[in-house]
Amino acid sequence: MSTDSLWYHLPPPSTVVPTPPAEAPRAPVALSIDGREVEVAAGDTVLDACRTAGASVPTLCYLETLTPVNACRLCVVEQEGARVLVPACSRKAEPGMKIQTASPRVRTARKVVLELLASSVDLSTAGELTPLLEEYGAAPGRFGAGAATVAQPVKDDNDLYVRDYGKCVLCYKCVEACGTDAQHTFAIAVAGRGFQAHISTELDVPLPDSACVYCGNCIAVCPTGALMAKPEFLLRQAEQWAPERQAVTDTICPYCGVGCTLTVHVQDQQIVKVTSPIDNGTTRGHLCVKGRFGFEYVHSEPER
Amino acid sequence: MGGGTSSYREIEETDCILLWGSNARETHPIFFHHLLQGVKRGARLFAIDPRRTSSAEWADVWAGLDVGTDIALANTMGREIIAAGLAHDAFIANATTGFDDYRAMVEPWTLERGAAETGVPAAVIREMAHAFATSPRAMICWTLGITEHHTAVDNVLSLINLALLTGHVGRWGSGLNPLRGQNNVQGGGDMGALPDRLAGFQHVETDAVRAKFDAEWGVAVPPKRGWHLSQMFEAMERRDLRALYVIGENPAQSEADQHHATHLLEGLDLLVVQDVVMTATAQLADVVFPAAAAAFEAEGTVTSSERRVQRVRRTLAPPGEAQDDLAIIFALAKAMGHDWGAPDAETVWNEVRRLSPPHGGMSYARLEALDGLQWPCYDEAHPGEVFLHSRLWEQPVVGPRAPFSRVEHKLPVEALSEEFPLRLTTGRRLAEYNTGVQTGAYRSPTRRGETIDVSPEDAAQLGVADGERVRVRSRRGQVEAPVRVDRTLRKGLTFMTFHFPEEVATNRLTIDTTDPKVGTAEFKAAAVRIERIGA
Repeated sequence: MSTDSLWYHLPPPSTVVPTPPAEAPRAPVALSIDGREVEVAAGDTVLDACRTAGASVPTLCYLETLTPVNACRLCVVEQEGARVLVPACSRKAEPGMKIQTASPRVRTARKVVLELLASSVDLSTAGELTPLLEEYGAAPGRFGAGAATVAQPVKDDNDLYVRDYGKCVLCYKCVEACGTDAQHTFAIAVAGRGFQAHISTELDVPLPDSACVYCGNCIAVCPTGALMAKPEFLLRQAEQWAPERQAVTDTICPYCGVGCTLTVHVQDQQIVKVTSPIDNGTTRGHLCVKGRFGFEYVHSEPER
Repeated sequence: MGGGTSSYREIEETDCILLWGSNARETHPIFFHHLLQGVKRGARLFAIDPRRTSSAEWADVWAGLDVGTDIALANTMGREIIAAGLAHDAFIANATTGFDDYRAMVEPWTLERGAAETGVPAAVIREMAHAFATSPRAMICWTLGITEHHTAVDNVLSLINLALLTGHVGRWGSGLNPLRGQNNVQGGGDMGALPDRLAGFQHVETDAVRAKFDAEWGVAVPPKRGWHLSQMFEAMERRDLRALYVIGENPAQSEADQHHATHLLEGLDLLVVQDVVMTATAQLADVVFPAAAAAFEAEGTVTSSERRVQRVRRTLAPPGEAQDDLAIIFALAKAMGHDWGAPDAETVWNEVRRLSPPHGGMSYARLEALDGLQWPCYDEAHPGEVFLHSRLWEQPVVGPRAPFSRVEHKLPVEALSEEFPLRLTTGRRLAEYNTGVQTGAYRSPTRRGETIDVSPEDAAQLGVADGERVRVRSRRGQVEAPVRVDRTLRKGLTFMTFHFPEEVATNRLTIDTTDPKVGTAEFKAAAVRIERIGA
């Protein structure tokens, strides 16, 4: 073979650096948030506009990587001229909207949502919700000691993660991550109506009998700790879970060639949790079973 | 330079996907997330695989071809595209060479002949060919179903021919993508872990390239290519190769024809193994270097299937005496009289940047700030290329044109016979990885151990029941394993993984015939028979 061929020489650089096709320009949308004029692009949500305006709007069932389901009603804001409060996370921004993010009506609605959740659900591991209870002056005790709760035994039926539905606020995030927003496994859905509504495998079978493939993408999006990987669950039981002592470092998964970023949480020289950044272009926070749980070999004694 | 031409994001925006010899749903799950977004957006998905895999469940069409007939199928599609007037004449004229020879070569591959040879119905081949050629954007993605054959290189070239024929390369949403099976297969090749390449795919038999490396290193780089893995085993057989240094590989269990491979490893004068655990290969070694687990206990970079160089970071100290690979190699060099100073990953990387033009712009600072960069990235102002070969669309084309290749259909080396009437093909499952060195330690609830998967038809004919232990025999060896009746297999096809070599040494059965061009073994096509135990 002659050494002139492509086999022996790298092709020359392209004269133009390849780029993705330009996105169609989006029309500007001007609206008012708490009296402040802001401009977003057509298709952006009221929540986007609120964040542009620097207004803090709490969310629970919303996540950048998931389709809004309007389940929690925590992000409601008041729109001038509208009969009801609007969910900021899904409502598209419209020209001329006048939005109040902290009016008495908004604050009351959020307070009641928080009270209803806190009176019926164990929020002890829902780190993001606890400060909100205080901020909104929520008093979940006002429904009385006999208020109905979703308390129930922990479902501990496999070696990788536990499901403690006494901590579930039915935000639907796990269902969406398991479904069409990411994993497309459809192992879980919401079953039942009203207070009986709950996250369920098909026919409520244990996880090992379900379609679950243990990617743990449901755990990653769960905002209350209802879904928890086994190492964290066991450390918490032993009262040894100590995030303040954990070193958190990004690396790349050791398995296939997709190159998923793993955020590795290390406590006392042990990997105790693996996540992935939600803004990572490859993973969007999602991993497979090997990436999320396949790190044990690093600690395999006495082989190492 | 070899690498996937597209970015993951492009498969979300393409119109047609040929997933060829790949069960990405299980072997590249997060890539498959991107693929599913493409399907949801309306892309047509064709799964070309002898098995109706969990990936094929998502396809518009499953083309269940006979093992080892990929070239026949690609050439039939090529002929149909030309015959239907769907070839991209302008692209062919501007950017390619050898089209007339290609047309003559595929001319005999009528739909009828292709259907007879591959087992895929003519109407399905026609539909795939038309969909691929007429989609505004289209991609071909493949894995080891294409490359673990004695025709590995030609299989890939036959897919490249299809992309050149239709202009589906060098554009956003159109491209050719080998999905890499290990986290740094791409990077290893890029860094010159190939017998004929130095870092940046620069050919060692090119004087100007060697001169550059000679100057940087202060030694003369040998001017001739070395051996690839299969040639190394052949050299062991001839006793030309007497000492072997194995880093992070478990050939005693991963090589085809395991009895033979182990015998050759045992016959070496010196075997040095560097790995994170005592693998079966390490147990044969004269010297074992305990190594850090690279992904968690070392600094460096790896390169993904979209050519993205990304930082690996130390999250833990390695246990006991284990050290990271760099430190071990530096210590070895020192023992041999070369003091390279303190081992430091960034210093080594900067040397790569000086020597390999496509990596020149990838400083650690940029890799950190940008979540990695895709090669080529020539200088610190370069953003990296989201897709390759855009030069082929420039008028006139920049640099050499892309050649059509002559590729001949050849059946697997081991034909089925009366004695060995079943085709055995091997692969991976979702929760497992290779020989289980890493995955064996975590408790996957879906783990079911090794099985010999057979079609319901074959199970009925053999009179074996689901779960029954049977003996599987090939010309090279035998194993015992439980039967798993699998409706996704067609009659005559059986499947095993190689994840549980301690329980069932699947590679005692596989054939060590290799592609003469690159040496990949034909793991995908052995001939076996199944015997009832005690019957």
